[in-house]
Amino acid sequence: MAADTRGLTRTKRGRAAVRIHGLDRSFENRKVLDGLELSIREGEFVALLGRSGSGKSTLLRALAGLDHLVDGKGVLSAPDNVSVVFQDARLLPWKRVLDNVLLGLPGPDARERGRAALAEVGLADREEAWPVELSGGEQQRVSLARSLVREPELLLADEPFGALDALTRIRMHELLRKLCERHRPAVLLVTHDVDEAIELADRVAVLEEGRITADVAVGIEGPRRHGTPEYAALREGLLTRLGVEAQDRPILEEAHA
Amino acid sequence: MTSVSTQPLGRLTRPARRGASRSTARRRLAPGRPVPYGKALGPLLLLAVWSAGSAAGLIEPRSLSAPWTVVTTAGDLIEDGRLQSHLAASAQRALLGLLFGTAAGLLLALLSGLSRLGEGVIDGPVQIKRAIPSLALVPLLILWLGIGETMKVVTVSLVVLVPVYIHTHNGLRSIDNRYVELSETVRLSRWQFVRHVVLPGTLPGFLLGMRFAVTATWLALVVVEQVNATSGLGYMMELARTYGQTEIIIVGLVVYGLLGLASDGLVRLTERKVLSWRRTLAG
Ligand SMILES: Nc1ncnc2c1ncn2[C@@H]1O[C@H](COP(=O)(O)OP(=O)(O)OP(=O)(O)O)[C@@H](O)[C@H]1O
Ligand SMILES: [Mg+2]
Repeated sequence: MAADTRGLTRTKRGRAAVRIHGLDRSFENRKVLDGLELSIREGEFVALLGRSGSGKSTLLRALAGLDHLVDGKGVLSAPDNVSVVFQDARLLPWKRVLDNVLLGLPGPDARERGRAALAEVGLADREEAWPVELSGGEQQRVSLARSLVREPELLLADEPFGALDALTRIRMHELLRKLCERHRPAVLLVTHDVDEAIELADRVAVLEEGRITADVAVGIEGPRRHGTPEYAALREGLLTRLGVEAQDRPILEEAHA
Repeated sequence: MTSVSTQPLGRLTRPARRGASRSTARRRLAPGRPVPYGKALGPLLLLAVWSAGSAAGLIEPRSLSAPWTVVTTAGDLIEDGRLQSHLAASAQRALLGLLFGTAAGLLLALLSGLSRLGEGVIDGPVQIKRAIPSLALVPLLILWLGIGETMKVVTVSLVVLVPVYIHTHNGLRSIDNRYVELSETVRLSRWQFVRHVVLPGTLPGFLLGMRFAVTATWLALVVVEQVNATSGLGYMMELARTYGQTEIIIVGLVVYGLLGLASDGLVRLTERKVLSWRRTLAG
């Protein structure tokens, strides 16, 4: 594992929720994942960055067990109880909001738990609505509720906020962080957005040419704000890893200085 | 390219014009509010032309009886109970045929839509069956089943089966793969998957198939009842033909029409009820 510490602390060792060793995945003989190594501790929040087409979704789908037809090998251990949040909310249009949350949920108290989950994402009063009647952000909150009501040990999210506007996205970050603090699943969040990664994650990994080429702990104590030197340094390092040269970037740091 | 061609441009540069708000209003693409009783307009117009033609003596009564003759004939037929008994016989055949045909079409569509093996075995024969007009099978069915009720119900079933199968199968196959993935991640069992995803997702296709099926039912009925029957609307009309009773034939046609409209309306009403989660142009 090539670690890019850039003056930041390495991740501490703990019980692993996910362990990936030598994972290969290829499409038509083109290797997308090539001997990938990654582990995620219980309750740890990992953000995965990478350029478009670098194989982030491929990795996530492998973890979710959704890649039946893809060639590949490798060792991959993940908990039984995995939940996925997709980029689109993926609600069944013919089921009301609460029934979407309850989809496939066993147990006599399922309804109660579903209601509680909807209340947690702030949609207690919309349980009888049809999905088409919700805004994009509300739909994504329902999909979060559907994932969390299953009390997953591992939450996989593939650009869950990619389709939302900037304001809604900020609120969703807040919500996701609170929910994760309360439920403590291990999280793998795929994102394009370096700031999203730094704000939410305990660790940020960069996927490049089929491997994790950077894996840094976000060691910032307290609120993570633009303009603090740690934040700027981390952001700088990650952007460089992603191949965005300094002169191409908007000058965010100076505006705060 | 003279000064004339600059006129539209000139208009565009005056956004503050009073009438400007009208030109910026969005063009409405949906057809707009329905006219009250709009659907009755066409039929009423036809009826008016028919009445006027008959009253003026322009329409030969032996070709087309006057509307009032048809009404009184219908009254007579109802009074002596003939219309009801023929209607009952036809309705029974239609309902049985519809029932068996729908059940078979639905079952075959589910089997062939949910498993590759099922598709290999079922889809081919149904497509072949589809290429042969069902009514062309009537002679063969008469040889096999005789001319009794069984033959008639089987014919109607075969006619119903095809659209129900085609549209249900198509609906099933076009269920978004993303929902299949979702079902896998929330770990639905096969039966839960069918119940929560496949059946509701297929319902719009199935109901469309039903609309074609009910129309086809009455069509098939006309044919089998005129081929060989001793009861039913088709028989009543066929009999009237041999006696040259145009008015009875027209009563039969009107009843067929009403039945077709009513059954189509029923399916559409069901559609609106069970597909209320959809927001479409129909509103
Ligand atoms: N089903 C497939 N068939 C063929 N090639 C595929 C398939 N799925 C993904 N690929 C290829 O694998 C590579 C990685 O795709 P992947 O979707 O994992 O990228 P990604 O990192 O998620 O990109 P993005 O950030 O744009 O979502 C891409 O080059 C893509 O073309
Ligand atoms: Mg992707």
